[in-house]
Amino acid sequence: MEFEWIKIPYSLLTLFIVINFGLLLTALIQKIGARVGRRHGIPIYQNYIDLIKNYAIRSSITHGFMFYLGPVFRLSGGVGLLLFVPTIYGSEMFSNLSFAGDLILALYFVFFGALGMALGAGESGHPHAAIGVSRGLSQMTAAELPFALAVFSVALQYQTLSVTDIVAAQQGGVLNWTLFTNPFAVTAAMFSFLGSMMRPPFDVVLAPQEIPIGPPTEYHSSYLALMQTNRVIFPVAKIVIYMNLFFGGAASWPVFFLKVFLIYMVSVFVGVAFPRFRVEQSIRWFLIWAMPLGILAIVLV
Amino acid sequence: MKEELKKRVIKGPDGFEFEVDPLQDYYCEAPPTVQPAAYQKIVEKIFNWARSESIWILGFGTGCGAIEMRPLMTPRFDAYRFGVQWRPTPRQANLFIISGYLSTKTLKRAIRSYEQMQNPKYVIGLGSCTINGGMYWDSYNTIKRLDDYLPVDLYIAGCMPRPEALLAGFEEMKKIIRAGKAEGGNLYAENFDWYKANQKKVIHDWDMPEHSW
Repeated sequence: MEFEWIKIPYSLLTLFIVINFGLLLTALIQKIGARVGRRHGIPIYQNYIDLIKNYAIRSSITHGFMFYLGPVFRLSGGVGLLLFVPTIYGSEMFSNLSFAGDLILALYFVFFGALGMALGAGESGHPHAAIGVSRGLSQMTAAELPFALAVFSVALQYQTLSVTDIVAAQQGGVLNWTLFTNPFAVTAAMFSFLGSMMRPPFDVVLAPQEIPIGPPTEYHSSYLALMQTNRVIFPVAKIVIYMNLFFGGAASWPVFFLKVFLIYMVSVFVGVAFPRFRVEQSIRWFLIWAMPLGILAIVLV
Repeated sequence: MKEELKKRVIKGPDGFEFEVDPLQDYYCEAPPTVQPAAYQKIVEKIFNWARSESIWILGFGTGCGAIEMRPLMTPRFDAYRFGVQWRPTPRQANLFIISGYLSTKTLKRAIRSYEQMQNPKYVIGLGSCTINGGMYWDSYNTIKRLDDYLPVDLYIAGCMPRPEALLAGFEEMKKIIRAGKAEGGNLYAENFDWYKANQKKVIHDWDMPEHSW
């Protein structure tokens, strides 16, 4: 595979579009959640102001080397996840740095940010951060299992590890989507999706009302701003993978925006309707309800 | 000084012995420094605007006023509309609301929380207890003037002020921040010795670091 330099500005353009889309989308989702509670909710541009405010904070303290690197790892996890899968199918400009076998890399990047975060938050020395990390990693491990199974099932189904090829195989009508050709894998993956979007019932790790907000307890000013940037990129990047693997990918930006929004809304619908799980409950839930579906999907393929 | 803050020798599980000085190892006793504003005036103006439109409050309630802050999160008042949000940790908060009378025991916690907040930081005194002691003016264990212990940017008078008064107070606070006058963090750093002396006058069992950063 040859490398073309023009890919770098194209990827940066993708990143720029996704950051802005993510900032607005996250605020919109928060507004929708607020409307369910009959509140008005934050202004749609609030995320931009929060970001500027956090970069504008004058002082910041450090707890050590990993404390610096935690948010950087987190952000590179989100950006890497986004840049190594094709955003827009069939587009020369927005297929980013995807290559054959990028599916495995994507799986790795999903976990990468959380691990970096765990190291950074661990170094902060705050007991709440340590509790948050142990809760977060155990819940995330349980949530990733069905997703990994679903991904293997899809890879077996299409006999490829390239996301582009998987999208290509789903073209030509809605019924070609993995959603209809391999429903068990998609169901298992969507259960896992609920667990990774940090919305109820699986948001005990980061919820402000629980042990004060978990891993980011000690993070502030620019560190927090980096993590906020990741918080808007990562969900979109994760949804891009879901969209590519299960929902036929997107051939243009409008379709992309619509599909990402609708997939995000799945977790919102569940989130506003159900109360929060404790960590051991959610792990049990994933192992009992999502795991067998993933195994079934692999067996049936 | 508390027992766990004293210097001691600890034997690790592997038999290795090491010395721990909590005040040096777990806290930084360096006094706070004055943080200058951005060099370009226009940049500082933009920053001040952003700070005013994104006020994060420390979720810390003292006295009876804390009950007046809760309705602000509910549909009836919904302070989120105005860019006001609550943060559970002092590291991420910008605004500290002392909501009512402050006993000397709570003052310790308030000081430690305030010092962990990052510059620029603001303090709002809620209710008449923070202005002159209010109905607790002759109480043996509450402070009377909050401004002697922490630099207050704004008072919301009343006993108790209604949530509407708090919303109006936030709007006033925004004006102060936009005008660049909310420099409580720097004021605290400049007059650090004076504030510490005042604090130590009322807190007799001072068992914490001089400054928790």
